[in-house]
Amino acid sequence: MPLPAPRSISAWGLFALPGRERQSESLEAASKSAELSRGLGRSYGDSSLPATAESELLCTTLADRILAFDEESGLLTGEAGLALHEIHRLLMPRGWFAPVTPGTQFVTLGGMVASDIHGKNHHKEGCFGDHVTRLRMRLATGEVVTCGPDERPELFWATVGGMGLTGHILEVSFCMVRIPSPWIYQESRRVPDIESFIAGLKESGPDWPMTMGWIDCVSGGSALGRGILMRGRWAEPSEAPKQFPAMPPRLTMPFFFPSWALNPLSVRAFNILFYWKHLPREKRGIVSPWGFFYPLDAIHLWNRMYGRRGFTQYQCVLPESAGQGAARRFLELLVKLGGASFLCVIKDCGAEGRGLLSFPKPGISIALDLPLRDWTQRVVNELNAFVISAGGRIYLTKDTLTLPADFAKMEPRLAAFDEARRTFDPERRLRSHQSERLLDPATKEQA
Amino acid sequence: MKTAILGASKGMGRALARVRAERGDDLVLLGRDVEDLERSAADLRARGRGAVSVIACDLDAPDGFPAVIDALFAGGFRLDNLVITAAHFGTQDELEADPVRARRLLAANLANTVELCERARVALLAQGGGTLCVFSSVAGDRGRKPVGIYGASKAGLSHYLEALDHKWRAAGLITICVKPGFVKTGMTAGLKPPPFAGEPDAVARHVSAAIDRGTPLIYTPAIWQLVMLVIQHLPRFVMRRISF
Repeated sequence: MPLPAPRSISAWGLFALPGRERQSESLEAASKSAELSRGLGRSYGDSSLPATAESELLCTTLADRILAFDEESGLLTGEAGLALHEIHRLLMPRGWFAPVTPGTQFVTLGGMVASDIHGKNHHKEGCFGDHVTRLRMRLATGEVVTCGPDERPELFWATVGGMGLTGHILEVSFCMVRIPSPWIYQESRRVPDIESFIAGLKESGPDWPMTMGWIDCVSGGSALGRGILMRGRWAEPSEAPKQFPAMPPRLTMPFFFPSWALNPLSVRAFNILFYWKHLPREKRGIVSPWGFFYPLDAIHLWNRMYGRRGFTQYQCVLPESAGQGAARRFLELLVKLGGASFLCVIKDCGAEGRGLLSFPKPGISIALDLPLRDWTQRVVNELNAFVISAGGRIYLTKDTLTLPADFAKMEPRLAAFDEARRTFDPERRLRSHQSERLLDPATKEQA
Repeated sequence: MKTAILGASKGMGRALARVRAERGDDLVLLGRDVEDLERSAADLRARGRGAVSVIACDLDAPDGFPAVIDALFAGGFRLDNLVITAAHFGTQDELEADPVRARRLLAANLANTVELCERARVALLAQGGGTLCVFSSVAGDRGRKPVGIYGASKAGLSHYLEALDHKWRAAGLITICVKPGFVKTGMTAGLKPPPFAGEPDAVARHVSAAIDRGTPLIYTPAIWQLVMLVIQHLPRFVMRRISF
């Protein structure tokens, strides 16, 4: 097969690097020479970007077939490039939904495994990897193997959350879940500060399968951490509309916002508006699943909002051991640093993911967008210093700027992951820009 | 409805098979790699309610066509639509460097495709009519530098399909010539998409509607009709200077 032409490759954060990208319907044939597989490019940082300009990546999105679906058990096997929105389009009308979904449905199965994604139901259902029964993979040695929780578990749990560095994921089998109706019963309320927010999440956890919140991340003082807390469950057929919820028309962000559009004033205005748009203190009722799970999917290419220079997302988890005040201190630091983010997402995490590098652990997860500017590195460094002191960690899928020395202090499982890579990829043929920039140097640092 | 598609496991053929499956067609998938066709059959069974079967058919091996036609019409079941999306592709540079590959491409895209259409014509007319939908290309509309040889094969095919439609429509054989512009598929992966590049799903819905209506010629995405109208009227001295 001829080498693909060099081009610029970027992910959702628009941070771009030169490389080569192959696209093929046959992952098994095309994965032989690639250094890394990537799906729809919805990770924010450099985890799906080429390590060098000569690196060859394999884009999986043409390999999008459902290979088996059992209408009794919900067990679905799909090729790695099969996208979640396609699964939902086909199977939601028949009463099935993904066991775990991230905040966008424009992700592939392979990407969901590699990032071991989590969602609004993490406190109940864990990560996506907890629902995967089997993977078919091409290892760097050329071998094609299957693995799962009961078959080659060391390969399986290194691959779940392993950022594509243990082998090319070819096929994914997992269990879809039955839903009583395709609609959501949602309760949302305005919450005055961060303490009430965390209490609200904790109190809702046992009874509500899905919880999360949006925080106003510019207001300080007594209003610090105020926002909108949302909790939801699938609606029962008796309370849901009869028709299937129509997917809203997708508007396209037609151009890049100029970089001055994002300034402290516009960000402040947006945050305040978002808070007060929720005028009644409490709302409840039946809502569309699309708006509930994927509010940003309604705007195609919303990432252009941060301008041509792009952005990164900062997502960390502050563990329970850091104590009650950790989230408040984190937000205080954020307000002080003036890290302009349109919105900040907060969610309580359940048990630690079983994947060697899975992100979640019990505690509070906070995610915010940061435009890539001259000051962004400094903000990330300061936030990381706080997260290290709290015993937390960051989410690799979102990261562009974390320094190896910082990551080494956050991630005690690096040595185990490195060991797995040495077993399954002895010649280190698989790599990403992120593995070269962050993982390898951090591993050395620890050693 | 029963629809057979040669080239159903890739690109526009895959997308078209999905559109037809979701509206309830029974499908017969034709192609070279039976194992791969079976994987596509599983995909289509999960999407639709119709029956899906698989028959081996290699566009490079016309000696096998009689058996393919026999299998398609076996048991006297009616076949409503036969769609041919399969073809070889090569850029002009690639084909100039390899004359044998160029000959194989011309044989498959023109001579063999015509033979398959002729055999299908006889069988479709024998059952009282049906639709033959064949993918040609905008590359056949004008001699252009980057697709000279590929374009020649498609020019010949388009010509044949038009004559076929004129001659046999009254007898019940509907011929549809599809001319896709640039569509983002595995075939064009690695080429830089021009303006108006299409997505396979949108093309598939467009083609499916043309099959339902019996439209003899469609450009898809539709904007390519306008693009090609302009290109067809460019004077030769302009065509000689431009690179597309």
